[in-house]
Amino acid sequence: MFRPMSDAGRSRSAESGARLNFTFDGRPLTGRAGDTVAASLLANGIVACRETPVSDTPRAPYCLMGVCFDCLVVIDGVGNRQGCLVPLREGMRIETQHGRRQPEELL
Amino acid sequence: MRAVTAIDELADLYDLVVVGAGPAGLSAAARAAELGIDVLLVDENPAPGGQIYRAITTTPVGDRDVLGADYWRGAEIVARFERSQAAYAARCTLWSIGPDETAPENDAFEIGLSLDGRARLIGARQLILATGAQERPFPIPGWTLPGVMTAGAAQIALKSAAIVPAGRTVIAGCGPLLYLLAGQLAAAGTDIVAVLDTTPRANWLKAAAALPDFLRSPYLAKGLKLMTNARRSLRFVGGVTRLAAEGADRLASVRLERGGGAETIACDTLLLHQGVIPSVNLSNAAGCAHDFDEAQHCWVPRLDAWLGSSVRGIAIAGDGAGIGGAESAALRGEIAALGAAERLGRIDVAERDRQAAPMRAELARALRGRRFLDLLYKPAPQFLAPPQDETMVCRCEEVTAGQVRDTAVRLGVTGPNQMKAFLRCGMGPCQGRLCGPTVVELIAQANGTTPAEIGYYRLRPPVKPVTLAELAALPQTEAAVKAVVR
Repeated sequence: MFRPMSDAGRSRSAESGARLNFTFDGRPLTGRAGDTVAASLLANGIVACRETPVSDTPRAPYCLMGVCFDCLVVIDGVGNRQGCLVPLREGMRIETQHGRRQPEELL
Repeated sequence: MRAVTAIDELADLYDLVVVGAGPAGLSAAARAAELGIDVLLVDENPAPGGQIYRAITTTPVGDRDVLGADYWRGAEIVARFERSQAAYAARCTLWSIGPDETAPENDAFEIGLSLDGRARLIGARQLILATGAQERPFPIPGWTLPGVMTAGAAQIALKSAAIVPAGRTVIAGCGPLLYLLAGQLAAAGTDIVAVLDTTPRANWLKAAAALPDFLRSPYLAKGLKLMTNARRSLRFVGGVTRLAAEGADRLASVRLERGGGAETIACDTLLLHQGVIPSVNLSNAAGCAHDFDEAQHCWVPRLDAWLGSSVRGIAIAGDGAGIGGAESAALRGEIAALGAAERLGRIDVAERDRQAAPMRAELARALRGRRFLDLLYKPAPQFLAPPQDETMVCRCEEVTAGQVRDTAVRLGVTGPNQMKAFLRCGMGPCQGRLCGPTVVELIAQANGTTPAEIGYYRLRPPVKPVTLAELAALPQTEAAVKAVVR
């Protein structure tokens, strides 16, 4: 769980950064334009973003730099996305990844 | 700088491709471009800076005192790169390096890139790998619980999003970054309830021989300042010999042991750090030879005076060449670029040596004092090879220390590749980045030998995720089709 740093240190751009709307498991949330998906989830107090394929154990982002692969989430229906490497976009549908990636439906 | 935002915009062949936009990659690409070389810089992040200068062009943290003067030095490195003629592909991963068997007349490597869900194979005559370092894995019981992260992760969150851990925070481990981060997070308003130092007391004696160089190095003043600032207002607990993260589905507390006693500290976030080690997956998969560096206690690529690896045409710069810090990274990037420029015939040997001379002198100065830090902050054995059987070693495949130890002994396993075949450790998405060093330590321990004797995982491309759809959509050249169809 993360929160914005104390006001003393924030620049004007942090406060005036565009707010983006997204959903996590259907819940409407907001994030800051420029933040990654993982950072946006952490800033919203999300504790776990996936469950492991081996034992369904909850996991959360660990390294935030693309190395640990614990931040895997489903973004707009596509699984195995590393949340720490994907910039947040307006209207993104983010979901907990339950176990291994589920194949997308072939249209 | 020419930004590449779609995979189609890439040329079919570059003289030089630099991988990683940290200080080494940025400096190498800028120097190469300034020498008139056709160079492409690729980086998986949306903006340049690597880890040390993460978000230097986009950070929402306005108060420069929070991140410190050293961080802001990165701005000039990026500015120089942006003034150059180099091509720059952000959010672009490089997932394979191999010989170009279908167009050998180019005398180039065939590299696989992926940008925006589309892959492409292009040629590169020379490569400079500047993929940097990663946190050394810190396997303790409970380290996979939500709420446990690396110290580097907290720093990235601060730099790139101006967010800090919300509740009670414990920082644990050893190394200069511990103090730097404690200071930065405290300045940003984090509630740091304790800093737990796992530096083995015995290390002070071992590091003593290297002390004179450290005293003459740039690190002393910086380090003392960091430590005094942090210690002034935070609770420090030294000599910690055991750590465990506790909680049901998320972190609730940290249990520590020191001296003869133990203590449990309730907390919401635990930040772990015990140094950084070179990221070797790409260089390993490309076939570069690595040796185990005893002083730094990690695998390091085998390099010549121009940072050329054992694969002709691939040079490695920055912390990926061996941990040296940001300043040395930029200098090594420059030296690698000069080496590549000479190999490409851009400059002659005399010119190459002339330009490199002042850089080598500066590099020697920048590296002075590292040996002391390496020896002082070498992690204790129990944090390299966890004694508690239930400790997760392979986070991806959920293989425990007990399983690795047990298999090593009962089946006489002598190497990590064999262990991978038996237990699946290293087969998960992180490709051994978080388990490799630990698996090696455990096998070494079981065999009564050293990591150098045990070896490391044999990595193979792709070293970054790429989908079957991307591979299937790769354009098929005449030569490539002929190579397969008989």
